[in-house]
Amino acid sequence: MDDRNILEVKNLEVHFEARSGFLNNLLSREVPRIRAVDGVNFNLKKGEILSLAGESGCGKTTTGKAILRLVEPTGGKVYFRGQDLSLLTQKELREFRQQAQIIFQDPYESLNPRQTVFATVAEPLEVNRICDNTKEKEERVARALSDAGLKNPRDYFIRYPHELSGGQRQRIAIASALVLKPKFIVADEPVTMLDLSIRSGILKLMMELRDNKQISYLFITHDLSLAWLISDRIAVMYSGNIVEIGGAEQIIGSPAHPYTKALVSVIPNPERSSGTDRKLLEGEIPDPSSPPRGCKFHPRCSYAQPCCREERPLLREVEKDRFVSCHLV
Amino acid sequence: MNNRKYLLKKFMQAMITIFIVLIFNYFLFRVMPGDPIRVLIRNPRISVDALAEIRAQFGLDLPWYTQFIYYLKDLLHGNLGSSFYYREPVLNIIMERVPATLILVGTGTIISIFLGIIIGVVVAWKRGTKIDIIGLGICLILYSTPAFWFGILMVMFFAVYLRVFPTGLMSLPGVAYSSLLDQFMTSLRHLFLPVLTFTLIYIGGYAIIMRNSVIEVLNEDYIITARAKGISYIQLLKRHAVPNALLPLVSMVAINLGFVIAGAIQVETVFSWPGLGRLMYTALLNRDYPLLQGLFLFLTTCVVGANFCADILYSYLDPRVKLS
Repeated sequence: MDDRNILEVKNLEVHFEARSGFLNNLLSREVPRIRAVDGVNFNLKKGEILSLAGESGCGKTTTGKAILRLVEPTGGKVYFRGQDLSLLTQKELREFRQQAQIIFQDPYESLNPRQTVFATVAEPLEVNRICDNTKEKEERVARALSDAGLKNPRDYFIRYPHELSGGQRQRIAIASALVLKPKFIVADEPVTMLDLSIRSGILKLMMELRDNKQISYLFITHDLSLAWLISDRIAVMYSGNIVEIGGAEQIIGSPAHPYTKALVSVIPNPERSSGTDRKLLEGEIPDPSSPPRGCKFHPRCSYAQPCCREERPLLREVEKDRFVSCHLV
Repeated sequence: MNNRKYLLKKFMQAMITIFIVLIFNYFLFRVMPGDPIRVLIRNPRISVDALAEIRAQFGLDLPWYTQFIYYLKDLLHGNLGSSFYYREPVLNIIMERVPATLILVGTGTIISIFLGIIIGVVVAWKRGTKIDIIGLGICLILYSTPAFWFGILMVMFFAVYLRVFPTGLMSLPGVAYSSLLDQFMTSLRHLFLPVLTFTLIYIGGYAIIMRNSVIEVLNEDYIITARAKGISYIQLLKRHAVPNALLPLVSMVAINLGFVIAGAIQVETVFSWPGLGRLMYTALLNRDYPLLQGLFLFLTTCVVGANFCADILYSYLDPRVKLS
């Protein structure tokens, strides 16, 4: 394993068994398997922000959860600082959880409505038995809150989530992730539910934390322009696979995969006259329980060749640190 | 204060509800078949004059609105009329029977809620496994079993076949006890079967509600967040899942009180338990309209009162619901 990598994901697979009906059970028909994540490979360097971009339903959130073992992977390996996460004991898993945290999309859902801000942020310290001393605990909670950009942190201690704004709530969620001093954060669409005016504040905060605390991020988003803005590298996901991965500027500047091209072409750009060169995708993302043969993207691809219908393309390095899975590149 | 305003508003709503039910009850008993005087007299050959005299004595010759106003006036004085059958004030009869029902329904409800919560949490946690399937199956069977039938089964098994518990009543009639403890133990033995029946009948409903509620909460993002923080399963249930899942149960318990009383009628009748349920049953058989009317009003007040309490309790349990 490369020393500069904090995370290595190899052939990660998450297949769910579809809930089958009573009749199907009775006739013992085969349960369809939903291939939410179907062989994902990537590395994350220390202090790097990698965006995982793709349409909703492409498996990006499941990938994030599977890396943290919040969903059990059905195949493949995840190495965190060289350690195989699938082999962790309960105790080691708890230690891992202190270093890897998750921030969710909707701060209205990710905070327990019955807990005060202090209880929420102090909970990770309590369940991991990090400090028993009340004063020290208050100190750390206050520091996490101010790290998350909340001024006068102690004023928030006895407040409930419903008394706070969306941006404040998201900062509380970030604070409860920061309080354990993690090295790696999965940020699952952390600004999607926020007002535009608040977004930039949260994004800036995340980038500052990367610079000051050397936190690596897996930034999950459906918004390619957001990925471009915040990340060092971008991985584009389609139907459970990464179809293209590379430096953010490269991906946006010269997309190689037809799917990435289509996504990039619809990024609003003031310099480009409207309407020209836009590739609007037609059709739907394939049903993950029965993906098409060959390249999963071929039914929607305007460049599709006969070989695309037969053989599934692999992720190949086309230039340095740039991988694309397409027969035609 | 906002709190006071809220309480006052809720209280007014409760009073209005009771008043509407009161009007409904009043007219319900007046459209029911049978002449109350005939029931009262029980002499088919009574003279017309005597009949008219009795009618005037009870005020039944007055127009309906005058009767209604008299009824309301008496109500405000705590006078619910007097029973045709017992020839006693209705309120006294009801109050005499309240403790017996309170013991039965109170004990049964507390035990069934407590066990229902535990069963609901366990089967929700083990969702999809054999424990869930078996647990849910038993709950559904208990939930859909009629109380009287279940009571009869209990009597057959425990009282007739095993002969370990009495078939009914609250105590043995005409027995002198050697000690207070002896009396207490006898009471417990009498209490056991009715409470067991009552508990088992209601446990299923509470467990099913709790199971659904916990499953719903377990899918919330804050549960996944808590897991990402490294929380143990027990703590996850204790801190996050159960407190949030309990909220629907609070309103369910209050709403359920009406059905609980229906259950009490059946259980008390099977076990000859001298409570309100059995009183209502006998009042029905005797066509004792004043008593029935009083009982209906009393139970309405209880149900509305319980919902009023649940509203207040809810605001304490859920910080999002403010008293405003």
